[in-house]
Amino acid sequence: MLDSTPDGLNSGESPLLRTIGLTKRYGDFLANDSIDIDIWPGEIHALLGENGAGKSTLVKAIYGLIQPSAGEIRWQGRRILLSGPSEARGLGIGMVFQHFSLFDNLTVAENVALGLDGRESFKDMSARLEQVSEAYGLPLDPKREVWQLSVGERQRIEIVRALMQDPKFLILDEPTAVLTPKEADQLFVVLERLKAEGRAILYISHKLEEVKRLCDTATILRGGRKVETCNPRRETAASLARMMVGGEIKEVKAASGRTTTVPRLVVNDLSLAPSEPHGVRLEHISFELKGGEILGIAGVAGNGQEELFAALSGERSSKDPGTVVIEGIAAGHLSITQRRRLGAAFVPEERLGHGTAPRMKLSENALLTGHAASGMVHRGFINTAATLKTVDRATETFDVRKAKRDPEAASLSGGNLQKFIVGREILRNPAVLVVSQPTWGVDAGAAAVIRQALLDLATAGAAVLVTSQDLDELAEITDRIAVMFHGKLSAPLATREATRENLGLLMGGSSLEPKEVAHAIGA
Amino acid sequence: MQLVLEKRAERSGTIALVSPLIAIGLTVVTMVILFAILGKNPLLALHAYFIAPLTDGYSLQEIAVKATPLVMIAIGLSLCYLANAWNIGAEGQFLIGAVAGSWIAVKTQGTDAGAWVLPAMLVLAAAAGALYALIPAICKVKFGASEILTSLMLVYVADLFLDYLVRGPWRDPNGFNFPTTAEFDPVATVPLLIEGGRLHLGSIIALLVVAAAAILLGRTIKGFEIRVVGAAPRAARFGGFNANQLIILTFAISGALAGLAGIIEVAGPVGHLQPGISPGYGFTAIIVAFLGRLNPLGILIAGLFLALTFIGGEQAQIAMKIPLDVTKVFQGILLFYVLACDSLILYRFKLSFPNRQVASGTH
Ligand SMILES: Nc1ncnc2c1ncn2[C@@H]1O[C@H](COP(=O)(O)OP(=O)(O)OP(=O)(O)O)[C@@H](O)[C@H]1O
Ligand SMILES: [Mg+2]
Repeated sequence: MLDSTPDGLNSGESPLLRTIGLTKRYGDFLANDSIDIDIWPGEIHALLGENGAGKSTLVKAIYGLIQPSAGEIRWQGRRILLSGPSEARGLGIGMVFQHFSLFDNLTVAENVALGLDGRESFKDMSARLEQVSEAYGLPLDPKREVWQLSVGERQRIEIVRALMQDPKFLILDEPTAVLTPKEADQLFVVLERLKAEGRAILYISHKLEEVKRLCDTATILRGGRKVETCNPRRETAASLARMMVGGEIKEVKAASGRTTTVPRLVVNDLSLAPSEPHGVRLEHISFELKGGEILGIAGVAGNGQEELFAALSGERSSKDPGTVVIEGIAAGHLSITQRRRLGAAFVPEERLGHGTAPRMKLSENALLTGHAASGMVHRGFINTAATLKTVDRATETFDVRKAKRDPEAASLSGGNLQKFIVGREILRNPAVLVVSQPTWGVDAGAAAVIRQALLDLATAGAAVLVTSQDLDELAEITDRIAVMFHGKLSAPLATREATRENLGLLMGGSSLEPKEVAHAIGA
Repeated sequence: MQLVLEKRAERSGTIALVSPLIAIGLTVVTMVILFAILGKNPLLALHAYFIAPLTDGYSLQEIAVKATPLVMIAIGLSLCYLANAWNIGAEGQFLIGAVAGSWIAVKTQGTDAGAWVLPAMLVLAAAAGALYALIPAICKVKFGASEILTSLMLVYVADLFLDYLVRGPWRDPNGFNFPTTAEFDPVATVPLLIEGGRLHLGSIIALLVVAAAAILLGRTIKGFEIRVVGAAPRAARFGGFNANQLIILTFAISGALAGLAGIIEVAGPVGHLQPGISPGYGFTAIIVAFLGRLNPLGILIAGLFLALTFIGGEQAQIAMKIPLDVTKVFQGILLFYVLACDSLILYRFKLSFPNRQVASGTH
């Protein structure tokens, strides 16, 4: 133990947690550069910054997941050295990760039990689980299996699991990125309540309006350094964004006079049984997408979007070639490589492990999708220079920030990896681009860059299909929006005419009969 | 208080490099204890195992001869393991290769068949090894049968088949009833590199195999496919790489290399077909593959090291009456430690105190 003199045990007078000069070095790259941050009991503290600013790195150090290279962390005035997360939990630090670590085939209670350190009996634990979830208005049935739950409910498990340890300090890394607006509102109620109980919350988000509404303090990081601590309520979203970027953010501009051309992606009555036990069956999906057009697919996650992506990309092919037509060629039976050769490109939702091999270099990940058509392979041999060139071009065009020229995919921050993946596909000049959650966890500046790139691609004549949970994003870039529910796709609405209410209804599984519309708006 | 294995936040690069060395160190420590229990002087035993074989030219050649099949087989196995295909039956593929190649040797015996015999034997042995390895691969791909079990069981089939042949149809009529074929003709024999020495052409072939594997894995799209399928299966599917095809391919390559090693051993150092042509090369090669970190150059070094333990074991038996089986014990312990140390790349040991609420400041 390396104790300094505890400056007052009354937690009201000293910060609950304080970092002093916290630094994390990867090689000669500074992911965190001497960061000082104070967290007080009973506050919701926002941690803001562009992709790669070092937010996740900072909270991982506080949670004991990585060891800082220099600087110290003080907990209630005492210096602490954490050798792992279990020690952080022991102190009263809880964390909810952006990516859930849950087992689909286990029940809620079993999942919670796996994540707790204590030696409580399973029965006691289940009882306590119900008690805690009820007390905080986070209803959970301990006996349900995880695969049956929505994303919001899954996150609830993680939050309840953290709350069961009775944390004094709770860290949430981009908790609302995957939530529907309604689920997010429910989360905010819980967070307010935790704050009222005197707990401290560190809240990472790229959604600035949300931060203004919820948070008392905001610390802004840029390039690994702290640039400011301020009261977000006194700032505007634009001024916060300026501090994050150190300049102005570009507005997304749709080129005027975008003209639609020939159909480039046509789906005809596509039905597909799920390949996994808990998957969704696709039922009679049909749509037509012309060059120059962007079609959005809205819907709550888990309603068949992943299955549709697999069917369109060719990760799963169907027996009937006519179900998917790319560039006028029946492609339902073709492999993903053959579809890429027809001019299609794909960006899946999951960045690590699906869109990229985490432990492989970016150049190898460029090869992963580029081998089909980009001169990266010559007579079976890899042209390393060509793969590196793709990395460099994506880095330049999309401002991918990374510690060295060709790092492992897993070492990039979430948003930067997303920029790389989108860049990798767009640089191939696809005729058809199918992309899921293009700006999931991406900062405002980078999101604008990606959305602009999608618009530019459509302007250049490509057909773009965007699946997103973010209705604002769809409203900003699409021409038409369709909604996915229980494996069925609604008829597309023109984006200009689609209201939030209409989309909300469709997302809840109602059809747009005039009577029901009236009913729902009244409700 | 309890000892728990905790996931490391960051993959330890240093441990990835030194893990094989730690494993060797731990194995040696364990062996010292074992020798002491056997009542042998541990220092003398270690000397016999690891030092003595390196001191004379004959033993050095013998190490290269023993390393030849180990390296060839392990290279094939490493391709399988990188692609997450678990071929445990290289021993069987080795034996089937030996049998298939020997068939030509036996049939041409005493005829005036020319220089084509040896190349034909090599090709046939490789083909037979590949076909034999395809049985578990196809069962895996078509029916989902565990390739670990099927490939292992086929080892015993191959072993008994060879036994039957040399006791029955192929037995040397002038061999005093010993279960062996007649000595192969010179055209059916792998040429020596040094007249009167032990080193033979097979060692050169093994080096070529190492170089080819390094090129395959490092420079070609097929090698890339193999690596991605094992490292990130879902990303591999997204890349358009077919895991089943790669299981078939890696099993075929691995079987071919094992079969080739089998005929080279029979037509080289042994000179005829008989039971017991392999002291478990196919199994020891599994250790070589992992000790070499599934890397071609690493496998070359690991192959030489394990060959050393074979020779050392023989010397220890002669010099100190240490049973030959101790070599197998040594190799088994080594594999155990190699795999155990590998888990330290991603995990670490930690003492935990579950009853204490707060464990602050310990390090
Ligand atoms: N293990 C690592 N090795 C090398 N560099 C790393 C490693 N982990 C993170 N980095 C680098 O540190 C920087 C900060 O990453 P971090 O994940 O903290 O960003 P972030 O602020 O959370 O971004 P995002 O909003 O995109 O999630 C990035 O540039 C990243 O490339
Ligand atoms: Mg992050």
